[in-house]
Amino acid sequence: MKNQKNIDVMEQAKDQKEVIIEIKDLYKSFGDHKVLDGFHMELYKGENLVVMGKSGSGKSVMIKCLVGLMQPDSGYISVLGNEIKKLDRETLDVLRSDIGFLFQGSALYDSMTVRENLEFPMRRHKEKFGEIKDTTPLVMDALESVGLASTIDLMPEELSGGMQRRIALARTLILQPKIILYDEPTTGLDPITSKEIIELMRNIQIKYGTSSLIITHDVDCARVISDRMILLVDGINYAEGKYTDLIQSNDPKIEAFFKK
Amino acid sequence: MGGKSVNFEGCIALQIQKIDLKIKTPNKIRQSLTEIGELSYFAGRFFKEALRPPFEFNEFLRQCYHIGYRSLTLVLVTGFIIGLVLDLQSRPTMIQFGAVLWMPNMVGISIVRELGPVITALVCAGRISSGIGAELGSMRVTEQIDAMEVSGTNPFKYLVVTRVMASILMLPLLVVVSDAVSLFGSALIENIQGNVSFQLYFNTIFDALSYTDLIPALIKTFFFGFAIGLVGCFKGYYSKKGTAGVGVAANTAVVMTSLLLFVIDFVAVFISNIFFDV
Repeated sequence: MKNQKNIDVMEQAKDQKEVIIEIKDLYKSFGDHKVLDGFHMELYKGENLVVMGKSGSGKSVMIKCLVGLMQPDSGYISVLGNEIKKLDRETLDVLRSDIGFLFQGSALYDSMTVRENLEFPMRRHKEKFGEIKDTTPLVMDALESVGLASTIDLMPEELSGGMQRRIALARTLILQPKIILYDEPTTGLDPITSKEIIELMRNIQIKYGTSSLIITHDVDCARVISDRMILLVDGINYAEGKYTDLIQSNDPKIEAFFKK
Repeated sequence: MGGKSVNFEGCIALQIQKIDLKIKTPNKIRQSLTEIGELSYFAGRFFKEALRPPFEFNEFLRQCYHIGYRSLTLVLVTGFIIGLVLDLQSRPTMIQFGAVLWMPNMVGISIVRELGPVITALVCAGRISSGIGAELGSMRVTEQIDAMEVSGTNPFKYLVVTRVMASILMLPLLVVVSDAVSLFGSALIENIQGNVSFQLYFNTIFDALSYTDLIPALIKTFFFGFAIGLVGCFKGYYSKKGTAGVGVAANTAVVMTSLLLFVIDFVAVFISNIFFDV
C-alpha cells in the first residue's frame, strides 16, 4: 500500500518536473586534458536518470563534483536548492545526509563489521535521528531491504562482491536519503548478480521514493532502470532522451553505445 | 585599457618568474620544497581540527591500543637488546681505561638522553608510520575516505587527528618502557660479568641522572610521536591511486619520518644545551 503511494507521488512529481539536481556549464580539466567541457543536466524528483559514457569520459568526475568531493574549474551545481559552491563544510555535511552515494568498489570500511559500517553515518547525523540508544532496528531494516540481515556481524572481507555492493547500498539507505547517486553499480559483477542489483535499485526507489542518478556503461542496466538518459561524449551532453528513442538513432557515436 | 596592460605585465612577470624557477631549481629540489610546504599545511590543519569539537574519543582510544600496546613487544625486545649490547661493547674499553666503575653512569646517561628515545622512535617509525601510511593509503585507494566524506563525516578528524594524537601520547610511554628495559639489560650483564648487584647498579644510575637528563629527553619524544603520526597520515591520506601507491606511501612514510626524527633530535639537543646547561 505504502509502495503504491510512493509510485503515485513519484509519477506526480515527474509530471510536475520538480528539479532536485541542476548542473549548468560544468568544466573540469586535469592539466591539458579537458574532462568536462560545459556539461549540464537536471534531475527531476522521483526520476531515474542514467548518464552513460565511455571509461574516462568524466562520469565519475561529474558525480564527485556533485557531492563536493572534487572542485570543478567552473560551473553551477545545485542540489535540493543549495548551490554546492556556496555551502560551508557543516551545511554541506548536513546536505550530504540527503544524498546517498554508492561507490563503484562498494567502499565498505574494512576495519568495521557490517553493523558498524551501517551505524557509522548515523551517529554523524544526530540532527536527523536524535539520540538513538538502540540502532539495531534501523540497521536491521536497512539490511532487510537488501536481503542480507544475516550478515550483520560479519566483516566485509567475509562477503562476496555482490554482497558487499548490497551492504554498501544498505549503508546509503540508512540515512534515508532523498537522492541516491550510483557510480557504476554493476561494474565487476557477474550478469546474474548485476540483475539482482538492478532489481534491488528499482525496489528501493519504490519503497523509499528516492530519485536516482546512475552513472554506468552497462546498457542492460540503463535499459531496465532509466526513465531518461544522457550520453556523455567528449565532456558534453552528446544526446539526451529515453532509452527507446536513443536506441533507434542512426548517429554512429550513439550507435556505438548500444552495439552488442 | 590601463587595467588590461597591468594584467598583461603581471602575466609576463609571472611567466618570467616561472621560467626563472624552471631554470634555477632542478625538479627534485622543487618537489622536495613542495612536499615540505604540503606537510606544513597538513600539520596546520591537524592543529585546527584537533582543537575543534566533536572529538573522536573512542577512535582515539582504539588508536592508543594499536599504536601503544601493540608496539610494546617490539619495544621491549629492542630495548632489552640495546641495553645488553651497549654494556657488552663498552665494558672491555672501560676496563682498559680503568673506568669500569663508571659503567652505570655512562650507560644510564647515554640510554636516557639519546639511545632510548632515538632508537625507540626509529623502531616505531618502521612499525607505526608505515602501518598508518599503508592503512590510510589503502583506504584512499578503495574510496573509503571518500565514503566517509560523503556520509558527512570529517575523515581528517576521524582518521588523522586520532592517530597523530595517539602517537604523541604513546611514544613517550614507549620510550620510558624502553629505557627501563635497556637499563635492566645492561644491569644483567654487569651482574653476570662484573658481579655487581642490581641494587647497587640502579642506585649508581639514579645518582648519576638528573632532571636535566630526563626532561629534555622526554620532551623531544612528544615531537618524535608527532612526526611519526603526522608523516604516516600525510603519506597515506594523499596516497596515489593503485596498489603501487599504497606501497610507496608506506615506504616513503618510513624514510621521511626517519629523516625528520634526526632533524628533530638535532634541534632538541641544540636547544636543550642552551636551556638546560647539560
